[in-house]
Amino acid sequence: MSDEINVTVNGVPHVARKGQLVIEAAADAGEYIPRFCYHERMSSVGKCRMCLVECDTGRGPAVTVSCMATVAPDMKIDTQSPTVKRMQEGVLELLLANHPLDCPVCDKGGECPLQDQAFSHGPGESRFVEEKRHFEKPIPISDLVFLDRERCILCDRCTRFADEVAGDPLIHFTSRGNSTHIATFPDEPFASYFSGNTVQICPVGALTAKPYRFKARPWDLQQEESTCTTCSVGCRVVVQSSRDEVLRYMGVDSEPVNHGWLCDRGRFSFEATKSAERVLQPLVREGDALAPAAWNVALAEAARLIGEAKAAAGAGSIAVLGGARGTNEDAFAWARLAHEVIGTTNVYAQMGDGLPVGLLGLDRATIDDAANAATVVLLSPDIKEELPVLYLRLRAAAEQRRTKIIELTPKRTGMTPYAWRHVGYQPGTQVAAVDGLLADADVAAQLATGPVVVVAGRANLAESTATTVQALRRLLDAVPGATVLPAFRRGNVVGALQVGMRPGKGGLDTRGTLQAAADGKIECLVLVGSDPLADFPDHSLATRALAGARRIIAVDTFLSASAAKADVVLAASAFAEKAGTHTNLEGRVTSLARKVTPAGVNRADWMIAAELALELGSDLGYGTVEDITADIAAKVDGYAAATPAAIAADSDGVLTAVPGAIDPMNHVEAVIGERNAYDFRLVVSRVLYDQAEGTAHSPSLAHLARGSAVHLHPLDLDRVTSTAGARVKVSTASASVVFTAVADDSVLRGTAWVPFNQPGPNVGELIDCFAAVTDVRIENV
Amino acid sequence: MSRLNEANTILAKEIIARYPKARSATIPLLHLSQQQNGYVTEEAMAHVAELVGATPAEVQGTATFYEMFKFRPVGKYLVNICGTMSCQLMGSEALLHHAEEVLGVKPGGTTADGMFTLEHAECQAACTEAPNMQVNYRHCHRMTNEAFDQLIADLREGKRDADIPAHGTLARIRQQIPAEKAVGPVSPDDPARPVWTPAPEVK
Repeated sequence: MSDEINVTVNGVPHVARKGQLVIEAAADAGEYIPRFCYHERMSSVGKCRMCLVECDTGRGPAVTVSCMATVAPDMKIDTQSPTVKRMQEGVLELLLANHPLDCPVCDKGGECPLQDQAFSHGPGESRFVEEKRHFEKPIPISDLVFLDRERCILCDRCTRFADEVAGDPLIHFTSRGNSTHIATFPDEPFASYFSGNTVQICPVGALTAKPYRFKARPWDLQQEESTCTTCSVGCRVVVQSSRDEVLRYMGVDSEPVNHGWLCDRGRFSFEATKSAERVLQPLVREGDALAPAAWNVALAEAARLIGEAKAAAGAGSIAVLGGARGTNEDAFAWARLAHEVIGTTNVYAQMGDGLPVGLLGLDRATIDDAANAATVVLLSPDIKEELPVLYLRLRAAAEQRRTKIIELTPKRTGMTPYAWRHVGYQPGTQVAAVDGLLADADVAAQLATGPVVVVAGRANLAESTATTVQALRRLLDAVPGATVLPAFRRGNVVGALQVGMRPGKGGLDTRGTLQAAADGKIECLVLVGSDPLADFPDHSLATRALAGARRIIAVDTFLSASAAKADVVLAASAFAEKAGTHTNLEGRVTSLARKVTPAGVNRADWMIAAELALELGSDLGYGTVEDITADIAAKVDGYAAATPAAIAADSDGVLTAVPGAIDPMNHVEAVIGERNAYDFRLVVSRVLYDQAEGTAHSPSLAHLARGSAVHLHPLDLDRVTSTAGARVKVSTASASVVFTAVADDSVLRGTAWVPFNQPGPNVGELIDCFAAVTDVRIENV
Repeated sequence: MSRLNEANTILAKEIIARYPKARSATIPLLHLSQQQNGYVTEEAMAHVAELVGATPAEVQGTATFYEMFKFRPVGKYLVNICGTMSCQLMGSEALLHHAEEVLGVKPGGTTADGMFTLEHAECQAACTEAPNMQVNYRHCHRMTNEAFDQLIADLREGKRDADIPAHGTLARIRQQIPAEKAVGPVSPDDPARPVWTPAPEVK
């Protein structure tokens, strides 16, 4: 049966879809109906009345709220009749009765729907002479967002977003009638990971974000569309700048990826780009200190160190770690430099905190596949913390009853309230958990109802990947046809791995490299935007490795803990300072834009690779970024469609094919010992705000990191200490660290959870990356 | 003291069990908290939120919509004098001024002894009995200054305790639903009918 419906819009025939809202049908026909409350990614509420039109379904024209009414056969929609015009004027006059006329000092002035529509549809003057309503303003409703209640027109966009999209209804209409206003509960701020979106969708200047307040006027901003590289979801953004300074990101509505939403970490971490702590020029070690050097001096020194290492112990004594921070072009140039010019096979983009690269060789699902699957199995970390916008997509799928979510995690997560089945497992028992799950008749029936997508990632850094891989294998064997969405976390790690930042034949991965370095077998360690001291879970091994590597070359934007130990630091340009492409976790290649001049004399990683290759006597043959993009399309398996022209032509980017070059994961046996009843099994995972460079160097975000603490189930906490907030000693056989103890009922009994890379005591000291699991003794001190 | 006390928490759980969705019990629980404390405290709203599985902001948003929930302490007797047209025409303004003088407070104020809170109200749906006022929402028809003085005196002496309970008391006899009739949480996916829905008759 056809779902086409014939209507006329302002007398012009138009074919609408059955069930389509009048406001959407009119937009398709080229008639923009003014609106404030309607947002295409949220449910209609008909609050603002700005979208009133006249619709005639045969009984004469009737005033209709076009965001609430659906099209009907032969409906005559009139968006411009004298009645409509008068109603629009009336609505605007009423809205402006209480709205302050402070546009000259309002951040929204110039891009304000109320301002624009008052101009285009308003009566021109007001009859209102009384006092407007007054509120204290602006009030902070969270660490990042300020609310001006006088400007608010009560459109319900921010509150609807908080409730429907983010699932954090911490702001709500309060009071009634003329005193209605938006409020948080006293002392419970709007601490949503997605609060910045409310600022973007606010149709007036009522909500403003701390990093952008009073920084620019919209007409002074220039913008380029780009991709957020904070995590591997790859949300589309526009980068807006003024006077060569990045001032704001706005989410772009990309149908297959982010639907216009961003997480706050992604939205506000641009502040790091203009941080005063950036490395602004190459540095070369002179004795104990790093001294500024010219590019030719630093590159020559780096080439000399590589040459020396090669002469001393062969190319196998050189290792290149990193590449996940940059663009595909950066990674490809560095991969070629490492594999072809230097000749080493010890290359890896992951920092021991992901899953084996073989995950990328499995049948891959897209984000859309997952959000439309009958069942999604999460064998992954807390995606709300690590891949926030993927969380929004899957949460929406579960809330709209399209998808049932089965979650297997070592602790309860942000997704647990939306999961159909939640299975908490003790680290190391994933396989048993999967077996138990598959034995459940309800689950088996659910898995058989339709497409199944497995979101696979590293849920616990204090545990080897073997059991997770085994559990994933078991799941894929039991559910033929299931596809996998790899929950790799780091910005462009998928792109880096695919274009070649992975070990060659016989090469070492990161763990192997660091072990070799600690054993004194690495002559030269090259860190391409990687910081093993902060990111490698086993802190002790990372420390010994950086001490044991004879020479270290770091390519970085900041002088990270690891870069500070380098002999040569090559100053790299950051996000928004370089163009290129990015591959997200589903293999989608999108463009990255250069919006501002690189800080200092910094260069893009690919330029550094090309220059270094020249110093080493080889020419990679690249003059521009497009050269490399084209070369990737020509040479990298699965990237044939990702040509510069194709990527530029589509804002949503190009989906790459599953590469045949990456072997699917092998079966690895893990031996897990029995847990001593007195010990706790350690779970270490990331939360959204940590000490990552982009967060720590963004003033608005830096203080949001929650701090290091050991979280125990309340009943377990009672076993260990009488008081929450007490200091406890957490020990393994070889190390012990003192943490604050916190009661947390999302933690399973018998396990202890510590967030990774937080200010305070370093949990990495307890992790042994060669152990299958980490059991710890916790004692009161 | 401000959260629901133990007895009321048990009662709250019983009330929640009457509804297929816990948050449907939000308003009954707010009444319960107002009955306990005389007004709705922030702690009580947070407690209600915990009990019904909402956020405190949502509970606050719902509660503040309703005029009859108070968020500041009010006297034992809430005196509402109607100021809408019929009552206005029949002299409610003079009555309000008289009440202000007798009680020594402006509308919105509470007497120092915590006995009376005076409020100016809109139509109380007793236009035929104008001027009308309410004490703890119990109607007092065709009020005069003398009747008002008498009423205040009676209330102070406790003579009206039988028909005008303290503010916050909504019902002195609570509905009791036997446990087997309570609905409990119902999943929206669950096709089963709530137990209190009569089954359709089969012919």
